[in-house]
Amino acid sequence: MDEPGPPHTIWLDRNHSETTETKKRAGQMDFLRPASWEEALAAKAEHPTAVPIAGGTDVMVEINFDHRRPEYLLDLNRVGDLYEWEVGEETVRLGASVPYTRIMEHLRPELPGLALASHTVASPQIRNRGGVGGNLGTASPAGDAHPALLAAGARVEVESVRGSRLIPIDDFYTGVKRNALAPDELIRAVHIDRADGPQQYSKVGTRNAMVIAVCAFGLALHPATRTVRTGIGSAAPTPVRAKAAEEFLNAALDEGGFWDNGRIITPSVAKQFAELCSAACNPIDDVRGTASYRRHAVGVMARRTLMWTWESYRGDAARTEGVA
Amino acid sequence: MRVTFTVNGRPQEADDVWEGESLLYVLRERLGLPGSKNACEQGECGSCTVRLDGVPVCACLVAAGQVEGREVVTVEGLADYAKQRAEHGGCASGACGTADAAAGTPLDEARRRAARGTDSHTGEGTELSPIQQAFIDAGAVQCGFCTPGLLVAADEMLERHPNPTDADIREALSGNLCRCTGYEKIMDAVRLAAARQSEGV
Repeated sequence: MDEPGPPHTIWLDRNHSETTETKKRAGQMDFLRPASWEEALAAKAEHPTAVPIAGGTDVMVEINFDHRRPEYLLDLNRVGDLYEWEVGEETVRLGASVPYTRIMEHLRPELPGLALASHTVASPQIRNRGGVGGNLGTASPAGDAHPALLAAGARVEVESVRGSRLIPIDDFYTGVKRNALAPDELIRAVHIDRADGPQQYSKVGTRNAMVIAVCAFGLALHPATRTVRTGIGSAAPTPVRAKAAEEFLNAALDEGGFWDNGRIITPSVAKQFAELCSAACNPIDDVRGTASYRRHAVGVMARRTLMWTWESYRGDAARTEGVA
Repeated sequence: MRVTFTVNGRPQEADDVWEGESLLYVLRERLGLPGSKNACEQGECGSCTVRLDGVPVCACLVAAGQVEGREVVTVEGLADYAKQRAEHGGCASGACGTADAAAGTPLDEARRRAARGTDSHTGEGTELSPIQQAFIDAGAVQCGFCTPGLLVAADEMLERHPNPTDADIREALSGNLCRCTGYEKIMDAVRLAAARQSEGV
């Protein structure tokens, strides 16, 4: 008969040191809790693989489902500056962690497109936690804020211990869930141009709440520069602008004197604008929708948001200048 | 790691918390408070809704380490929370300096919490918040799994909108899924709680 040996001890190597590898195998993680922005930058410099977590609405899903086991979680909840915003003369500096709920409540006059987009994010519980910094960090083509940021015109303020820089939103998205951040950089704020005209946002989904966009569209009129800007979500590997459509519309509005006479936009102009927006898409077929449906829906949203914003512009112009 | 935070008005400590653990896991498995339900673990269903510094959030999406030093209210503390709010004119969190040492729900009491009702009356020493009573009276509970999250979300909405429109109610509860009721009885319950609240019942 076997002698009853001491349980367990034979399997435990007491001399084995806890290397990073064994920590990883055991699913161990370090939770870094910087108390200030400077501490956060220092932590990110020391551990470039650290995953920043603020609202946690993306990161925690991946951890809960064991899709991701980062070695370090970098908690940004203690960095108070990230929850603040400043309204300047021409731009709003929006802290990366300002929750969508706050944007909807406090920044609708300055950032109407982003406020509308914020309202389409998931549910109240998610909007209370998530912010634009997380949308940018994740850089999913389906992130709800992106079309509004592209249409309004924005710059992403990123920083590392090496210094700070502003990345134009057009250069920020570099691929599917990829952005222009260096490994040691963190997103601090977004500088968004204050609305100088009507803005709209439209999103296609199967229901009103808790929906990832099948596709989304943002449009901003900029009467100050007599330009129109667009943003398309979920219809290309990255969020994109429909630049050819913008150029066409800018020229058509200019030629017809529309900005001055405030006339209704000709249906043929709206139709061509919509077609060019569809053409700017490079969508895929997936569980949420087919590529051809996305292209079609983006065209419909482009035409509708143009009509809505233009009606609003004409109304404003009629009130303030007597044009109609 | 150790996490120290306030749960239902009382300081609590959780030990041996894994760094990737959610607040929901800490509440259910370490503090013995299973009222907040674990269903989707991805913020879709709202069954784990709790209040974090007064704000409704999905506990499954809050990392345990993020609640260090902060205040959480769960469904187990809802009745006391609502009672204090009624007594202190709208503030139950203690943020306005009215909380005293006796406030809040002790952990052992919270663990024993149950609505022991046989019909629309609950009785037997378990005091319910107005929204909880309204859910029972309106028949808004079927399987009950979504109920704790709905109660926390609805209670917070009534705090902000004492006389909510149907649109207010639908919006506030849009992050909470119920697969039994079709929501109509839940709408009835929230309307009932609002009506009773405005009548001062």
